[in-house]
Amino acid sequence: MKLYEYEARDLFDEAKIPLNKWIVAKNYDEAMNNYKLLKFPIVVKAQVLVGGRGKAGGVKIANNEEELKMHVKNILGMNIKGEKVNSVILAEAAQIKKELYISIIVDRNSRSPLILASKEGGVDIEEVAKKDPHKIMKIKIDPFIGVRDYMVRRVESFLSISNINSILKGLYFTFKNYECELVEINPLALTDNDELVAIDAKIVIDDSALFRLNKFKNRISSELSYYENIARKYGFSYVEQEGDIGIIGNGAGLTMTTMDLVQYYGGRPANFLDIGGGADAEIVYNALSILLEQDRIKGIFINILGGITRCDEVAAGIIKAIKNKGVNKNIVVRMIGTNEEMGKKMLKEYNIDVFDEMEVAAKEIVNLVYKN
Amino acid sequence: MGIIVNSNTRVLIQGITGKQGSFHTKFMLEYGTQILAGVTPGKKGEKVHGVPVFNTVHEAVEAFPEINSSLMFVPAPYVADAVYEAIDSGIKLIVIISERVPIHDSIQFINYAKQKNCLVIGPNCPGIITPPSTKLGIMPNHLFKAGNIGLVSRSGTLTYEIAYKLLKNSLGISTAVGIGGDPIIGTDFIEIYDYFLKDKSTSAVVLVGEIGGDMEERFSDFYNSLKNKKPVVAFVAGRSAPEGKRMGHAGAIISMGMGSAKSKVEKFKEVGIPVADRPDEIPILLKSLLNK
Repeated sequence: MKLYEYEARDLFDEAKIPLNKWIVAKNYDEAMNNYKLLKFPIVVKAQVLVGGRGKAGGVKIANNEEELKMHVKNILGMNIKGEKVNSVILAEAAQIKKELYISIIVDRNSRSPLILASKEGGVDIEEVAKKDPHKIMKIKIDPFIGVRDYMVRRVESFLSISNINSILKGLYFTFKNYECELVEINPLALTDNDELVAIDAKIVIDDSALFRLNKFKNRISSELSYYENIARKYGFSYVEQEGDIGIIGNGAGLTMTTMDLVQYYGGRPANFLDIGGGADAEIVYNALSILLEQDRIKGIFINILGGITRCDEVAAGIIKAIKNKGVNKNIVVRMIGTNEEMGKKMLKEYNIDVFDEMEVAAKEIVNLVYKN
Repeated sequence: MGIIVNSNTRVLIQGITGKQGSFHTKFMLEYGTQILAGVTPGKKGEKVHGVPVFNTVHEAVEAFPEINSSLMFVPAPYVADAVYEAIDSGIKLIVIISERVPIHDSIQFINYAKQKNCLVIGPNCPGIITPPSTKLGIMPNHLFKAGNIGLVSRSGTLTYEIAYKLLKNSLGISTAVGIGGDPIIGTDFIEIYDYFLKDKSTSAVVLVGEIGGDMEERFSDFYNSLKNKKPVVAFVAGRSAPEGKRMGHAGAIISMGMGSAKSKVEKFKEVGIPVADRPDEIPILLKSLLNK
């Protein structure tokens, strides 16, 4: 789960990581009532979860009250890549001598936390890694010993600075305490007074750990679309795409491959929907209902390889959805495995084609949807 | 023959009395797996499909010192403790089926396991199967027949799909390993391929990757550096997946410009590994490699 910058800044405050002075405001009045705590120039920053807000005009500098009013008004209510701006951060602009980068990430390769430090901040770290890998230092953290002083000295020596101890230890505290996948300061500013200040804050929390993170466990994920939130409630994973062929599969890999096949044969997948292992008729009913409701979806391809998932249960769910919601779309089912014969027989009574091979079925749904 | 598990494998099931644990214990016994005991705290004395249940791993291992592997169906919040318990009881192979294990738990117990020379497969995996009779996992029994193809995959159902395609084309499996769909897993492609290289019963390997991370790219570099290798056919799921979205598996996400299917497919091809565009091409590519 990605946090908003203001939530990440709260956690940085808690970890005593120095930040440029800031406030958050949910509306215009709140911004205008509180900005006097800050000195001009003030940076106004849109609070969104998508990247690239700066380029989209969501970050502006105000030198006086007039400019501040204008920027706050413009940015609040802005739409950045489909995401509405509901709050802004106002922060004192730092006098920056140099922009650096520091983060702690979960590293798949070493199965450990990793410190990433870069001499170049304020830009995409991936770009730096590609162009100037020598500007990046990586230090593996043994989870049993954590961040040690010698690691701090290595980073300081590499970045030619002398005061990153509390920042690095603070980052690791946050990383551990809130079970993060990523804690990042980009840029980390070296000011004219040679002080280090975080002027941005990015945190991604491990979704699987939310159950024991009291501060965040009830936070509704605003990264998700309407149907994505419904799907989460019903207990299956759903990701929206822009196409017109709805996809249901069991298992993440099989469902992705089902989408890939539709695309391979020239179709456009409308979604990813994995009903998981051992889904019963009710889950299938809910899953199919979500797709049947959407006008943009012209056809649906259901791909089931039964193991712990039973084909007759899946068939029962499909039939219930058809009865209750009506069918205004082409439906193609591929179904093999546990209780396959029973499932096929049930669906045949409703004139639904059932296939054995997913490649053949994928071709069929693409033909059906685009031939008219 | 086969890798990691075989007819000498003696299994403990942690979380045996749960719905999943007991359901799959039945099918593993039917397949021929030697399951000696199960553990669920507070359920000592019960039996699950004839398998005796203990409160602790130590008690189970004391009663059955032959136990050398543990298969885990424990709910995610309790997985870490169950893994430490198994490691500290001297068990050297742990297969974790459980989904949604917190990443920070996995980091810690996987590092601990490494120090204790214990092999961890998973979490969030379908398990490992060496046909004809040893299954530590949840795969459908009838799709896995003995043969000379090694199969290693980040996914579950897609692995069964590929086993089905192999079966239809009269190709059998030496061992199939589902390494898991999480970002942090105990064993990766390189390590499993290394086992396959040393296994006399394996002639070729099918490697099933997906979006997220750079395990496929790292494998390609490793493969490229080998003098003696066995042929590999690769498949990558998620060519149509958007950036920044988790596709079911916690680890299946294209993030920070890394982990796209395109990058993986290109890298495989660059080092001479043929990549199937569709699952039904896998047996065709395999046969052409084996006939060379």
